[in-house]
Amino acid sequence: MDYKYKKEYGCLILKMPAELDHHAAEFLKEEADGLILRYPVRSLVFDFADTSFMDSSGIGVIIGRCKNVRFGGGYVKAVHLNEQIRRVFQISGLRKIMEVE
Amino acid sequence: MESLKNEMKMEFLAASSNEGFARVAVGAFVAGLNPTVDELADIKTAVSEAVTNCIIHGYEQKEGHIWIQCSIEGNKVEISVMDVGKGIADIAQARAPMFTTKPELERSGMGFAFMEAFMDTVDVVSEPRKGTCVTMRKTIGEG
Repeated sequence: MDYKYKKEYGCLILKMPAELDHHAAEFLKEEADGLILRYPVRSLVFDFADTSFMDSSGIGVIIGRCKNVRFGGGYVKAVHLNEQIRRVFQISGLRKIMEVE
Repeated sequence: MESLKNEMKMEFLAASSNEGFARVAVGAFVAGLNPTVDELADIKTAVSEAVTNCIIHGYEQKEGHIWIQCSIEGNKVEISVMDVGKGIADIAQARAPMFTTKPELERSGMGFAFMEAFMDTVDVVSEPRKGTCVTMRKTIGEG
């Protein structure tokens, strides 16, 4: 089913944009922070199922949202990464600070 | 093997909406070399980082133009991304992983580190108030 975000069992799942670059990051930050405020969930999932590309601009967005959720004791993970995004996670060290599925 | 030689230049507005255009255009240009999916992704990511730097740092999100020059010779690709913006005072510091002058924008400071990770060489020429030119090279088909 198509969705931009969904809430399931106390978990907020955010669908990442098709290409997560600086351009998309600006919109995503605001949208994600609004949702995190509205739904004070225990865990946050970044869903990359529809994302074909991510550069270092995506790292800042993800780390920033992780801080916001973890501040409230929540936990974060990233799912459905393609090979390019996997490498970005690897090189940036994001893989060390969050669960990747 | 036939020796391939090709060149292209492009100029566009330093707008974030052009980041996707720039990396796809360069990707399409180098596609003639039959890069692997990974090699093509490497080049597109590196171009995206360089163009984003021009927009955020070179022009500090104000109006300006960005130039990309790309050449292919044999299985070697050379890509230069240039702005005539603010310039970099300390290039070594700018290239250091995790260093950023814009933490308030949640910049990770990984731009140059990514270019270096995904390309074979990255050269930076910059002068304060004159602008910056980043030249990246990669040999295709060497694993």
